[in-house]
Amino acid sequence: MYDVLIIGCGVTGAAAAYSLARYDLKVGIVERFNDVACGATKANSAIMHAGYDPHPGTKMASLNRLGIKAAKKICKKLDVEYRPLQSLVLAFSEKDMEAVRELYARGKKNSADVRILDRKGVLAAEPAASPDCVGALHSRDSAIINPWEFALAMAEVAVINGADLLLEHKVTGIRRGRGKLTVVTDRGELETRFVVNAAGAFAEDISAMAGDTSVKSLPRAGQYYVLDKEEGKKVNSVIFRCPDENGFKGVLVAPTVHGNLLVGPDAEPRADADDLSTDRESLDRIMKSGLSSVPSVNFRNIIREYTGVRPTTSEKDFVIGVSRSCRRMINLAGICSPGLSSAPAIGDEAVRLLGKQGLVLKRRRGFIDERPPVVRLAELDDEEKRRVIEENPLYGNIICRCETVSEGEIVDALRRPIVPRSIDAIKRRCRAGMGRCQGGFCSPRVHEIISRELGVPMEDVMLDKQGSFIITGRTGAEEN
Amino acid sequence: MTEKYYDVAVIGGGPAGLAAAVSACEHGAAKVLVIERDKVVGGILNQCIHNGFGLHYFKEELTGPEYAGRFAEMVRNTAAEVVTGTMVLGIDTPESGPVIRCVSREDGYREYRAGAVVLCMGCRERTRGAIAIPGDRPSGVMTAGTAQRYVNMEGYMIGRRIVILGSGDIGLIMARRMTLEGAKVLACVELCPYSNGLNRNIVQCLEDYGIPLYLSHTVTGVHGRGRLERVTVSRVDDKRRPVEGTAFDIECDTLLLSVGLIPENEITRDAGIEIDRRTNGPTVYENMMTTRPGVFACGNVVHVHDLVDFVTAESMRAGAAAAEYAAGKRVSGRVIKLVNGEGVNYTVPQMIRPDNAGKVTEVFFRTNIPRKKSVIRVMSGDTQIASFRREYMAPGEMEKIPLPRVLLDRAGDTVTVSVEPAGEAADRA
Amino acid sequence: MKELICIICPKGCHLKVDEENGCAVTGNGCARGAEYGKKEITDPTRVITSTVGITGGIYSRCPVKTDRPIPKKLIGDAMELLRGLEITSPVKTGDVVVSDILGTGANFVATRDM
Repeated sequence: MYDVLIIGCGVTGAAAAYSLARYDLKVGIVERFNDVACGATKANSAIMHAGYDPHPGTKMASLNRLGIKAAKKICKKLDVEYRPLQSLVLAFSEKDMEAVRELYARGKKNSADVRILDRKGVLAAEPAASPDCVGALHSRDSAIINPWEFALAMAEVAVINGADLLLEHKVTGIRRGRGKLTVVTDRGELETRFVVNAAGAFAEDISAMAGDTSVKSLPRAGQYYVLDKEEGKKVNSVIFRCPDENGFKGVLVAPTVHGNLLVGPDAEPRADADDLSTDRESLDRIMKSGLSSVPSVNFRNIIREYTGVRPTTSEKDFVIGVSRSCRRMINLAGICSPGLSSAPAIGDEAVRLLGKQGLVLKRRRGFIDERPPVVRLAELDDEEKRRVIEENPLYGNIICRCETVSEGEIVDALRRPIVPRSIDAIKRRCRAGMGRCQGGFCSPRVHEIISRELGVPMEDVMLDKQGSFIITGRTGAEEN
Repeated sequence: MTEKYYDVAVIGGGPAGLAAAVSACEHGAAKVLVIERDKVVGGILNQCIHNGFGLHYFKEELTGPEYAGRFAEMVRNTAAEVVTGTMVLGIDTPESGPVIRCVSREDGYREYRAGAVVLCMGCRERTRGAIAIPGDRPSGVMTAGTAQRYVNMEGYMIGRRIVILGSGDIGLIMARRMTLEGAKVLACVELCPYSNGLNRNIVQCLEDYGIPLYLSHTVTGVHGRGRLERVTVSRVDDKRRPVEGTAFDIECDTLLLSVGLIPENEITRDAGIEIDRRTNGPTVYENMMTTRPGVFACGNVVHVHDLVDFVTAESMRAGAAAAEYAAGKRVSGRVIKLVNGEGVNYTVPQMIRPDNAGKVTEVFFRTNIPRKKSVIRVMSGDTQIASFRREYMAPGEMEKIPLPRVLLDRAGDTVTVSVEPAGEAADRA
Repeated sequence: MKELICIICPKGCHLKVDEENGCAVTGNGCARGAEYGKKEITDPTRVITSTVGITGGIYSRCPVKTDRPIPKKLIGDAMELLRGLEITSPVKTGDVVVSDILGTGANFVATRDM
């Protein structure tokens, strides 16, 4: 019997698990995919928002501000890539400037760092911004982050402190019993005193399983381009545009913590949150919008496109609270932007709500608030490279040429508390395959290393999620 | 740390690097080093098990591994040293001469000093992401070269029902290869109204096996959440935009991409060496020296070749020049810039120093569209200094024209290479 | 008159073969093209390249080829001979892996040392 079972291991579930890890509780996390951070957590803008955007008084406003402060500390403590970076909301018309002034007022109320820049000020702060802009909101409170590493780090600490992470467990039902809930999965039943619903775009379904149909998911898809590092060098800020009449923040242009450039997203309703397809029309629109913010972006240097589906709901705010029908379930729904920024605060809020529902919160003795260090060869200076390779020669065997990722780093990842089992899971942890050739050279080698280290046949190693098999058999085999 | 010194250090042990090393030794470099990232030399030739290599250089038809094997043998017969499993992280080029920083499993982090460096890193394949094919992102979509590695070296089948996008040579070769291994290749889809591969490969890889080639078509949709289930193919107009109403689906589990190769110049760029936007490779002089003195480049890192024999020839020249540079030879004098005129996508070299040009300088280029009877003109201002006739030209086939020293001496500081249809105009010559 | 593209070398000459006139070839750039044109009409042949399993090599497959062209119609049957075949390292380039393929006199030979 678990004290708390968290459903979903995206950044929200991971943050809840991390917040719960400091208490003496038996925690489980069920995740339908074969890795953590497989939903919106791996496909978003990777931004820590400064907090000027949410309407004052909303949960979004308060949790965003609390979240970014906590996230900064967590990233430092758990060695997650994080870089403070100024942000701009560009205005191209007087109407846009009105929106900028509105954001400024909100920012002030939300105690975010904000100021209004005129055109000259914008171009001084960000020379790559379009000279057609008339002004911008400027903030120094924003940052860029590695979102999946952020979720992974928090989940790892939870696992190190005894949480069970049950991957490839899809929740199909919830039965309410005396003093407990039975969570039915496709791989068996789990009993728990409390459930935290962190199922992202599927929070509606989980909520309904416990009888509460008040959560209404209205997922919105956003498509993105990832560009080569050549392009990432061109900007030194997160560049938004003024929100449109729907409150949509618009296509942003921003570097990633790894030095690539991100351009996107749009926001289109998408009925099926598992539909991660891209389409030509949306991508073309995004390219145009990105170019109007930063004309110097060279779209010949694209390396990838992706779609993220935000778990938006009919509410304009996060839907965080005790289920209306089941006092043993806490809903963490509608965690769309600024969800990543707010995650640590949402995790703490979940703990507070569980406490109010009667969960006994006793501090865990010997809470370990750290995780094994991560060697990132590409970031080391020459002397450090020499040292780590001397200690472990596998760091000298470069597998991914584009991102300079060594066999040592891949083997390390395979021996961590949460074991990556797919080529993309390795990519998320080590960056192997994330560069210009998109795994063209290294994926067969990563494939082999996973197979060898985990003792899994090559045929059973997936590219990404379940069912994404790469190999269909042997050449020249008798059965062909 | 003790840095070892080599007269010539070659980065990459594929066909370019091996030829450059052999040639550097032949031209007097006493200490030559080849740095290879894979566990054996030979580069991509190791997985190109098909035949068709070596007709120019060896005057016989070899497979990729045989061609690589012969050069590996030639290198073994020189004093050149080869280090494998070693990745070059970067090169620095201070006044005192190039320094190469690299890592390997056996030797850890180390630096080599060199009199001259030859860049031979080859190229990589364009990916799905680079050409932004819309749709889902299932497994079963990979570049033809990655598939070739899985199939030919690791011995794994990567699919059963296959569509190939792009009619580049690797795609065509893999169409035949997968068919021979029992897979069904359903279509080869090409964006251009003509094939980008060698004609012989269209014949012996597609036509021999009855594989349909859809010209002026492209993949406009990828479907499947786990493994690929089908692709949508559409006809494209002359601007290469999909035409509405022409889409059809092909059920398949694999989409192989053969949509172009890109020279791999991370190290080159990081070293601040000038890159030609047209080739995506370094700008080079007639002797394959880049804009950084002492740093040479050859093979697919400079421009994508269609024949390894040409890579070899070019690399032989680069290796020789690197050896001479290491021995103290410096070239000065006037520089002629080659300009791409009508119908010419790029030229290599981009710059010629007549004082250093031999009796004849070979200029390589590609034309932009397939052409029948054509004239290649080499102009200095309004004066034609040379012209060449061709019965047939295609973007997929690299052209080579010889420019004699005597003509170069007569030319101004810019020379334009252009192609036009042969006709009355050609008689101006 | 049959139009062919010569596959003897990468140049890809556009050949015309006159079936009426004893398969006289025009459009060829060299003598081998003429020979190919005639043969392609009367008795087409191909060199086949593939791989066989190898034990103890640095890779799990060893590349092989037919040491001379074999009739096109025998390609499928020739491939069958390689199915399930496993050789043992070391092999040398040119070592015969399958001899006298289907009575053609051609052999499958290794194309690398391994």
